[in-house]
Amino acid sequence: MSKPDDKTTGISAGTDSTEAGSSSAGGIEKGQGNGDSGFVILFFIIGFVASLIIGWVVFPKLLYSQKAQPIDFNHALHLEAVSDGCESCHLFREDGTYAGVPSNAQCVDCHQEVQGDSPEEKKFVEEYVAKEREVPWLVYSKQPDCVFFSHAAHVKKAGMECITCHGPIGESTSLQVYEENRITGYSRNIWGKNIAGIKREPWDRMKMDDCAECHEKEAGKRSSVQTDKEACFVCHK
Amino acid sequence: MKIDRRCFLSLGIGGAAGIALSPLPWKLADDSAIWTQMWPWTPVPADGEVTYVKSACTLCPGGCGISVRKVGNRAVKIEGVEGHPVNDGGICPLGLSGLQLLYGPTRVKTPLKRAGERGEGKWIKISWEEAIAEVAKKLGDLREKGESNSVACISGSDKGTVPSLFKRFLSVYGSPNFMRMPSIQDSYEIANSISLGFIAQSGFDLEHADFILSFGSGLIEGWGSPVRMIRANSSWRKAGIKVVQVESRLSNSAAKSDKWIPINPGTEYALALGLAHVIIRESLYRNDFVHAGALGFIRFRDLVLSNYSPDSVEKITGIKKETIEALAVDFARSGRPVAICGRGHGKAQSSLGELLAVQALNALAGNIGKEGGVFAVNDPAYIAWPAYQVDEAGAAGIKKERIDGAGNGKYGLAKSLTNRFAGAVNSGLPVSLLFVLESNPVYSLPDTKAVKDAFKKIPFIVSFSSFMDDTALNSDLILPNHVYLERYEDVPATAGLSKPVVSLARPVVSPQFNTKHAGDVIILIAKEVGSPVSDAFPWDDYQACLEGTAGDKWKMLNEEGFSSDPAFTAQAVNTSPGKFDLSGGVADLSILFTPVNLEGDPKAYPLLLLPYDSFRIANGYIGDPPFVIKTVEDTVLKGKDILVEINPATASANGLSAGSYAILKTPKGSARVKINLFDGIMPGLVAMPRGLGHTAYDNYLAGKGINVNELIGTLEDPASGLDAAWGIRANLIKA
Repeated sequence: MSKPDDKTTGISAGTDSTEAGSSSAGGIEKGQGNGDSGFVILFFIIGFVASLIIGWVVFPKLLYSQKAQPIDFNHALHLEAVSDGCESCHLFREDGTYAGVPSNAQCVDCHQEVQGDSPEEKKFVEEYVAKEREVPWLVYSKQPDCVFFSHAAHVKKAGMECITCHGPIGESTSLQVYEENRITGYSRNIWGKNIAGIKREPWDRMKMDDCAECHEKEAGKRSSVQTDKEACFVCHK
Repeated sequence: MKIDRRCFLSLGIGGAAGIALSPLPWKLADDSAIWTQMWPWTPVPADGEVTYVKSACTLCPGGCGISVRKVGNRAVKIEGVEGHPVNDGGICPLGLSGLQLLYGPTRVKTPLKRAGERGEGKWIKISWEEAIAEVAKKLGDLREKGESNSVACISGSDKGTVPSLFKRFLSVYGSPNFMRMPSIQDSYEIANSISLGFIAQSGFDLEHADFILSFGSGLIEGWGSPVRMIRANSSWRKAGIKVVQVESRLSNSAAKSDKWIPINPGTEYALALGLAHVIIRESLYRNDFVHAGALGFIRFRDLVLSNYSPDSVEKITGIKKETIEALAVDFARSGRPVAICGRGHGKAQSSLGELLAVQALNALAGNIGKEGGVFAVNDPAYIAWPAYQVDEAGAAGIKKERIDGAGNGKYGLAKSLTNRFAGAVNSGLPVSLLFVLESNPVYSLPDTKAVKDAFKKIPFIVSFSSFMDDTALNSDLILPNHVYLERYEDVPATAGLSKPVVSLARPVVSPQFNTKHAGDVIILIAKEVGSPVSDAFPWDDYQACLEGTAGDKWKMLNEEGFSSDPAFTAQAVNTSPGKFDLSGGVADLSILFTPVNLEGDPKAYPLLLLPYDSFRIANGYIGDPPFVIKTVEDTVLKGKDILVEINPATASANGLSAGSYAILKTPKGSARVKINLFDGIMPGLVAMPRGLGHTAYDNYLAGKGINVNELIGTLEDPASGLDAAWGIRANLIKA
């Protein structure tokens, strides 16, 4: 190795940068490169971190708009008052189809007049029952129209509990904020609160993979005779 | 050291790496996929409880029972009602498409008053109160001036409570001018009046007949009650029953028959008389209705034996005498043969001679009022309202002659001759106010120009149409009726059924717009006009009237959706044997049986234009909804061009070829048409479908093809006043 080179490097580094002292022995070119690559790395890191923040924090905030439900419904209170659990209000029709969110007709039996002192109840009776308007509920579990799903098959035939997919909504005393996907118009609950799609509980997400997860478990991977593959054809008929 | 290009590249790479490690791209990809399914024009079916509402179809006179599938509050599908006596679960393309009339863009959404010129399409919205007050004021003024008889009504039907309310209104108000749109039943009524001695329509027990002889009736193309006819045709096929179609053109009905007999158009009466000749000559007739000694029979026998031998009939009809002989024997020797007439859908009248000649075959076969035969069907019995008091003005008005002349003098046997309406108005008979109910006369009556001229002479026209149809467009005030899927109404099936059925139309959905039931509107107008008119309408509203009219049958109508109890649906009719009179006191039989001289100079117009009816083209009050117009073949309608059928021989004689354009000229007008060559039509004829060429309705229908009524006229049958024109002389010139 040549000394002059070392020296020069040392001097030049010393005059140019505070890092000079710590810079290790090396060629002029290399030393020059280290200084620049610092910026390059810095910019990489800035870009990397900024986009991670955008992707993980800003994007989800921008993607969803927050909407309040027209009435803040207290599930826990109602569940105590009824005898048949969820199905007391979220009922199955005579023809086996699932009625979904109750209509006013089911509520008016009790709420023709204001019963308690809840302002939400008062709003419901005055704004909706009295005016014969249906409440425009925002449905957290509403799926795109292409999704074929039968509540009857799952609840009536397979005997599944509502909580398995919908979570312990029955215990809530207040409705969560409805986060609407600005692109699709559907609730955030479908993709899941976790933007990475990581779920802890089975009801945290309602995408196709979440259906498949259970279907694989229950029906086995090879339920299709034709393709010898996963249980696609249970739904994709 | 400096910040250079590499730094920015690095920033970008860092950014890209960061984005790739964030959920952003994957989530965006997923969301955009869902977004593409959310475009506003993507139809999304309604969500909600599925229910069915039983109702009745009013789109044609067929009277089918329908069951409408609803999801939530949205009607999504119309089906036929299983077990209904008319259609038993079946439904036709028009009936299926009814929802497009309910939800389509042609609805009149609120009462409208004309703002610009007639037909210009400029309207102002007015309230129901204003509209009714305006009509009532006009009516009051006319009555005060003693011109009550200048008020007229053209209705699609005269059966059922709503037309009856309008008729009652005019009667007590002081006008005899309640008219219904023409149909073959006008002809049957007069024929029955002559041969049976009372006015009644004809019904046919086709399901039990074992030989069907059709004189141009579109058996499977919408004649009578279309679904019922399709079912009857299936039962004939299964049972091997012979169907003979006599028609100048190979229609679908002719193509599906066992024997198609092409005939010179308009000479059907002569064939019927020729067949009668053979039947009488060979003594093949039955004595149930024709007694050899009866005077009417003797006159008829003498006429057909002397003038209508198969030889002479061959000359008139162009049918070989051997064919006539064989057909007569086949017909008469069958157990339950039946002969029917009424061209195409049976919506056009025929001459009285044709009717009497065909009915004579039924009488000779002994099938009047018998299983598999012809029945006289009277008006529904259930509409029996209390009598009303008429004041002097009303009594004077109702006694005056009708505008169409029906019921008077030589038109004495006719109930309604709406075919004469335009001519009468144009000749100076005054009409000051016209109600148009469930009909589209500007479009559907022959000789559109004359009809439009007549309409121009009427100072005030009130349309009750639910749709912006050709007549509504040419009116002064539109009082939009609910569409049939939004209203209660009794629906008597009037189209050729031997056992009348009354069904109940019920609201499937609540009214979508600011419309009102025509029954309610006429009651409100009556109340506004005041006594004595209002006294004749004791009902609070139409619903009260309907329920009261149905009486103890209301509950059943509501539950079953129909009643076929003869005590309810039709007045008793006496068709005792021996009553049938083959010549019915007509002094000069020869006036009945003369060929119709079509309008036009044969030299200038060497061809004959023949309108025809298609199963796929609705041509009554209701025009083709979008679904149905899509089913029309491109040999009938291509783009906006209408195609006329001609024989290749006619084409070469006129220098025309398939697909070429030509000008079709008749004494009534001319139109640019396209040529469709068809071996199934006789040379010298030009066939054009009815039901196209609307000027109103939506873009799916308006401006497509030509309205054949613009090219044809009416031709009065001297014996009855009926329209005997089955076509018009025409010429085709290469364009």
